[in-house]
Amino acid sequence: MNFMLLSDIKQGHKARIVHVGGSGALRRRIFEMGIIKGTEVYIEKYAPLKDPLELIVKGYHLSLRVEEASQITVEPV
Amino acid sequence: MTSRKLTIALAGNPNSGKTTIFNNLTGAHQKVGNWSGVTVEKKEGVIIRHGYELTIIDLPGTYSLTPFSIEEIVARNFVLDAHPDVVIDIIDASNLERSLYLATQLREIDCKVLFALNMADMAKSRGVKIHADKLSELLDVPVVFTVGNKNEGMDALLKKAIELAENTRQTPEGRKVHYSPDIETAVADLQNFIHQALPEKLPYSERWTAIKLIEDDKIVRERILSLSGDHQQALEAQIRLARQYITDRFDDDPEIIMTDERYGFIAGIVKEAVTTSARQRVDISRNIDLVLTNRFIGFPIFILFIWGMFQLTFSVGKYPQEWITACVHALSAVLESHLPDSLFKDLLLNGIIAGVGSVIVFLPNILILFFCISLFEDTGYMARTAFLMDKIMHAIGLHGKSFIPMLMGFGCNVPAIMATRTLESEKDRILTILITPFMSCSAKLPIYIVLTGTFFAARAGTVIFIIYLTGVVLSIITGRLLRTTLLKGLDAPFVMELPPYRIPMAKSVMIHMWERSKMFLKKMGNVILIGSIVIWTLSAFPRHIEYSRNYEAEIQNLQRQEALQKPVNAAARRTLEKETAAAMDDIKGQMQAEHVEKSYMGQLGKLLAPVFAPIGIDWRGSVALLSGFVAKEIVVSTLGILYVARGDNKTEALRTALASSDMTPLSAVSMLVFVLLYLPCLATIATIRRELRSWKWTAFSIGYSTSLAWVMAFLVYHSGRFLGF
Repeated sequence: MNFMLLSDIKQGHKARIVHVGGSGALRRRIFEMGIIKGTEVYIEKYAPLKDPLELIVKGYHLSLRVEEASQITVEPV
Repeated sequence: MTSRKLTIALAGNPNSGKTTIFNNLTGAHQKVGNWSGVTVEKKEGVIIRHGYELTIIDLPGTYSLTPFSIEEIVARNFVLDAHPDVVIDIIDASNLERSLYLATQLREIDCKVLFALNMADMAKSRGVKIHADKLSELLDVPVVFTVGNKNEGMDALLKKAIELAENTRQTPEGRKVHYSPDIETAVADLQNFIHQALPEKLPYSERWTAIKLIEDDKIVRERILSLSGDHQQALEAQIRLARQYITDRFDDDPEIIMTDERYGFIAGIVKEAVTTSARQRVDISRNIDLVLTNRFIGFPIFILFIWGMFQLTFSVGKYPQEWITACVHALSAVLESHLPDSLFKDLLLNGIIAGVGSVIVFLPNILILFFCISLFEDTGYMARTAFLMDKIMHAIGLHGKSFIPMLMGFGCNVPAIMATRTLESEKDRILTILITPFMSCSAKLPIYIVLTGTFFAARAGTVIFIIYLTGVVLSIITGRLLRTTLLKGLDAPFVMELPPYRIPMAKSVMIHMWERSKMFLKKMGNVILIGSIVIWTLSAFPRHIEYSRNYEAEIQNLQRQEALQKPVNAAARRTLEKETAAAMDDIKGQMQAEHVEKSYMGQLGKLLAPVFAPIGIDWRGSVALLSGFVAKEIVVSTLGILYVARGDNKTEALRTALASSDMTPLSAVSMLVFVLLYLPCLATIATIRRELRSWKWTAFSIGYSTSLAWVMAFLVYHSGRFLGF
């Protein structure tokens, strides 16, 4: 298995969530927005200044800071 | 027949179309207030339908009921403690899976829930078909189809809600979320313990309480522990045990595991109740975003929109602003000529009308600005501006959404501070409100123009630019400083939905605009009115001033002399009249200056002179700065009175007067710095107080800005003197 960080996935690629790191409220919020283990996400784009990034999860568009995405381990699909 | 009263709460995700449905249901019968103690807007409306008096409450839009944000706490507390008869959960059909997360949390609380499956037509066009009966059966919740923006299904929704409220059937336990056996064991154990330890004292259902305690929900935990009396320690131990039990088996925090399992439960429901056809339609929203958040043209378009908003607000808004000014002038002219001279007349004209009039002129700007902001919000573009700007704003410790309010500050701080309502996190909002006044507002510009024009002539533009820049730099420094001290803590996570673009509904934009303007007008009625009266009193009293010269006699003398002279021809008469008029103006000006000097305002200014002396501002400057508390525009006119500026062109005259006074370029710079930073005007302070709902923070804002102004002016003045300017 080659695990990567969500923040390292290039625009236009898909990945499956393996583990959400971090702690406390932020981590729970990410879970509550549907980014949970096994979910497939699609990296729609990065903002013009390369941060934040936009992804499609469960059929809707969500944006995360690169800093937040770098705590999420994924498996490229 | 007395109609029965029912309370219906609307819950739902942000962007689920909840507000549209609320507007459809209540129309003009809505009242906007605040939830007690917090800045979250509370909207409610009372309508009579089917023989019932229905109070509809619009709960804040949330993604969950986990009490992290104020919105979530407010929404949950209302459902738990106010016991609405029915909760309608608005579910965005095109976003079913995530919407169901809130729905399952609502289902877990013992309240009567009804689903409004909103925008199912849009979901269908995207190839998603939802079987409502199946969904209703699986969750044991009535489901009604609605299309909010076409006003469809509203009556059916209310009928169903009344039916559900009148149904005395107990909310079934059966169809709630089932967790995996290990978790269920832990929940059951804790539930048993609670049942024995806290009989009949429990405010919420036993199962829900047990689940929340295991999830380490701070609010529930505190409440239950405070109720548990002798059992407190035993209960704490029991909770620890239950949490440990789950952590040991799943190798993660219980709250994470339970979130995970709720989504698992939802996935099961979605699988059964939804059929997705392979048909892929062109996603218009995504295509729009390809342009609007494009790597190359995203920013230029954004700048264009902001520029357009500014143009509309301040350039187009100038015309109605002029009409209002004309109306105010006409009103005072009429009163001036019809009322007999009295103290009351003076108060009415120079106090109330002048004071309130100077603020009410902002109404057109506020209307237009909020029209633009409503458009940005309702179309979904606001989320994109945050997406574009977040990297820059994050550097100051702020959220991308803080950008627009701060930018508005360059126009006028009042709407700017009102615009911070779009920020979700309380800390972000406080911080943004505190630093926005450093964005130099347009009312300060006349002061800059007069001072720089007088002392820096050719380089005036550069100096003004540096002043503006200083404001921005200091706001950044302040932001970083407060983030690491008083407003410590992580900035709000950026986990933000980018909702699909929608065509805004005229009705909702209008309601939004009107609400804001109403708030602004209400403020006119109290704070501004009182403030204007106070300032007027200070400058109009004491009534009888011991003038150093007998101005009246001098004026009479002049008139007598004019009458005595016999000019030889018409030309000579004109010259004489002109000379006399100029001499009279001169005397009247000096009289007015002395009046202001000896009024309470002037006395206060002189009292404060020692405070201003170290920064190179004399008593005249301090009186002018004091008067700027009402509105910054007044500073220039007060300076004009005190420096006895004469002539038709007031600005030119003031420049001449200032240049020949003892003010130096250095003390002018010091004054510029002070004006840039010191306490904002009355209208802004009233808005800060309103939006922060705290006198403490308002006082902090005033104290911080004014002391920063003094310190900065002191530094500039003395380093300037040290360098020999």
